[in-house]
Amino acid sequence: MTLLEFARGPMLHFALIVFVFGVLWRLVSVALLGWRKNRAESRVSTAKAATGGAVAVGNRSWPHPEFLNRTAFGEAVGYGYHIGLFAIVLFGTPHVVFWGNLFGIGVSWWPTLPTGLITVISIATIFLMLIATIRRYMHAPLRRISNFDDWFSLAILWVLMVSGVWAVLGLGGSKETILAIHIISFNVLLIWFPFGKLMHAFYIFPSRFITGYKHEKKGAAS
Amino acid sequence: MTTASQNFSRQGASGADLSPSEREENAMQAFAQNFGAYAALNLEACIHCGMCADACHFYIATEDPKYTPILKAEPFKQAYRRESGAFAPFFKLLGLKKKVTVDQLEEWQELLFDSCNLCGRCSLICPMGIEVAELIEIGRRGMAEAGLAPKALAERAQHQAETGQPEESARPYPEVLNEIGREHEVEIPLDKDSADIMVCLPRTDLEQNPESVAAMARILNTVGADYTFRSDALIAENYGYYAGSTGLQKKITQRVVDQAEKIGASLVLVPECGHAYTALRWQAADIIGKKLPFRVRHITEYLAELLADGKLKLGKVNGDSFAFHDPCQLVRKGGIMDAPRELMQAMGVDLREMENKKGFSFCCGGGGGVNDLESARPLRHRAQELKLREIDDTGAKRFLTSCSDCRVAFNDAGEHFNWDKKTESLVELVAANIKE
Repeated sequence: MTLLEFARGPMLHFALIVFVFGVLWRLVSVALLGWRKNRAESRVSTAKAATGGAVAVGNRSWPHPEFLNRTAFGEAVGYGYHIGLFAIVLFGTPHVVFWGNLFGIGVSWWPTLPTGLITVISIATIFLMLIATIRRYMHAPLRRISNFDDWFSLAILWVLMVSGVWAVLGLGGSKETILAIHIISFNVLLIWFPFGKLMHAFYIFPSRFITGYKHEKKGAAS
Repeated sequence: MTTASQNFSRQGASGADLSPSEREENAMQAFAQNFGAYAALNLEACIHCGMCADACHFYIATEDPKYTPILKAEPFKQAYRRESGAFAPFFKLLGLKKKVTVDQLEEWQELLFDSCNLCGRCSLICPMGIEVAELIEIGRRGMAEAGLAPKALAERAQHQAETGQPEESARPYPEVLNEIGREHEVEIPLDKDSADIMVCLPRTDLEQNPESVAAMARILNTVGADYTFRSDALIAENYGYYAGSTGLQKKITQRVVDQAEKIGASLVLVPECGHAYTALRWQAADIIGKKLPFRVRHITEYLAELLADGKLKLGKVNGDSFAFHDPCQLVRKGGIMDAPRELMQAMGVDLREMENKKGFSFCCGGGGGVNDLESARPLRHRAQELKLREIDDTGAKRFLTSCSDCRVAFNDAGEHFNWDKKTESLVELVAANIKE
């Protein structure tokens, strides 16, 4: 079995199992802690509060104008590379083929972006990740609160992105090995996902919703 | 030199001397009581983006990263990961998450108490929707049970739970209240056997702003309210909340609830005090474990309701321009966004809004018990400088707010910076312009 076969085969299957069960356990373990009863007289109905929660899920993606002058740069970089990652993963032709094979579905209906455009997006994403990484080190509060989880998650992402662009552009070395590194780093990301901050991809929705819901009940700013 | 530990009561909330290991154990138990799903979500969702620092006046004023709000939740987070998180046994077995130690808690005293007003501005900026202020509040609860809450707060909480007053006074507060009535020639009903409304008072108004107390009574008399103050539940502030002691907060809350039930009040009126509003309006029912048998309203909410119903008639103020400070607990966290402005509008106030207003207002710097901490004063002044500048930038001649704690903070800052404005009470302005 070659390294690439290993990465695409048993390692990927193992990583997927860890990912699925790990993510489920992280979500269930939070829910099992139980929700506190709120007995205070609410300003609004439960339905109205739920609407407030749903609104918060959306509007927390855009900073309040009062904070923009201090946070615009960090937010632009952060959202920028996340959008780049989504575009690459969801609309890059090799990735669409990968998802099709993984889930056993036909993907002829799935829109893709031209390879050239995906390459440009990838390079831009790497550039934004570079800024984000430097900023994590240079920005005092960010550096103060950063831990192993932050640096390790970033490191995996770096290997994943660089190996992907390297393989597409054919920048040297065995293409099969580079591709294997790319897939292995993806597998490592899947395995690490439930253990660290990458879980924010799932927690973001309930977290925003419940805070929005609670604030709406009080009529508080959200 | 004063060390952090000298500022601590070195006594548990129950008053017993505690060993370091008992303090650690008590802190862990307090944390464990708060390991609910919402707290867990707040801890788990953090992406360490550091954006909360950009909302905090202590960080903005000092640029010291230790004031990053989410960092203040670190002991609680550590305890959660070790004891209750999804992989707690794994972390514990491999020693990846250490126990929270008494030294660590002592180190966090400044971050949890001196440099946090529980103002909640950080909760608004978080892109993940994390209620950072609530995590800090839980951190305080752990500190209180470990006997590591600042002495000034812990002792006042204890005293208030036992006597109803946060500390000894030259004369009992009911006597002070009666005297305010005599001096200001206003009838102040005290200890009526039954009334529709029970009213509480900020300690600071009794001691420093008696005209505010008289103003509130004058308004209530004018609108014909059936109300009373009660000697056994006179004080609005809840020092148990400030100190982070759930037990003492409950006792202090229960005192108010008992008195209101005793006289059959359908409404408890919270005076110009932000934290009293949070403690009674939003936390009381949960802390005593049952729905309150009465409504809770802030005085400005109540007056705005009367205004809307046509029961309160107000005259116009003179042409001075005013700036208004939105108290965090009332506005950002309490939802009383419009009532103060409706009252000001009815009086024809020329309101000059600050750059950060309503839910986004910067804190006065004194909330969360910080007014009571002498050790916090220099840092508080640095944060307050930002706020005073923002008020001055409005170009307003006069300055109003609707929280006595905020007034104390602004008066102290004003004195420190030789500020040219006096902080006035909105309720006093209403009383001065009420039509009979």
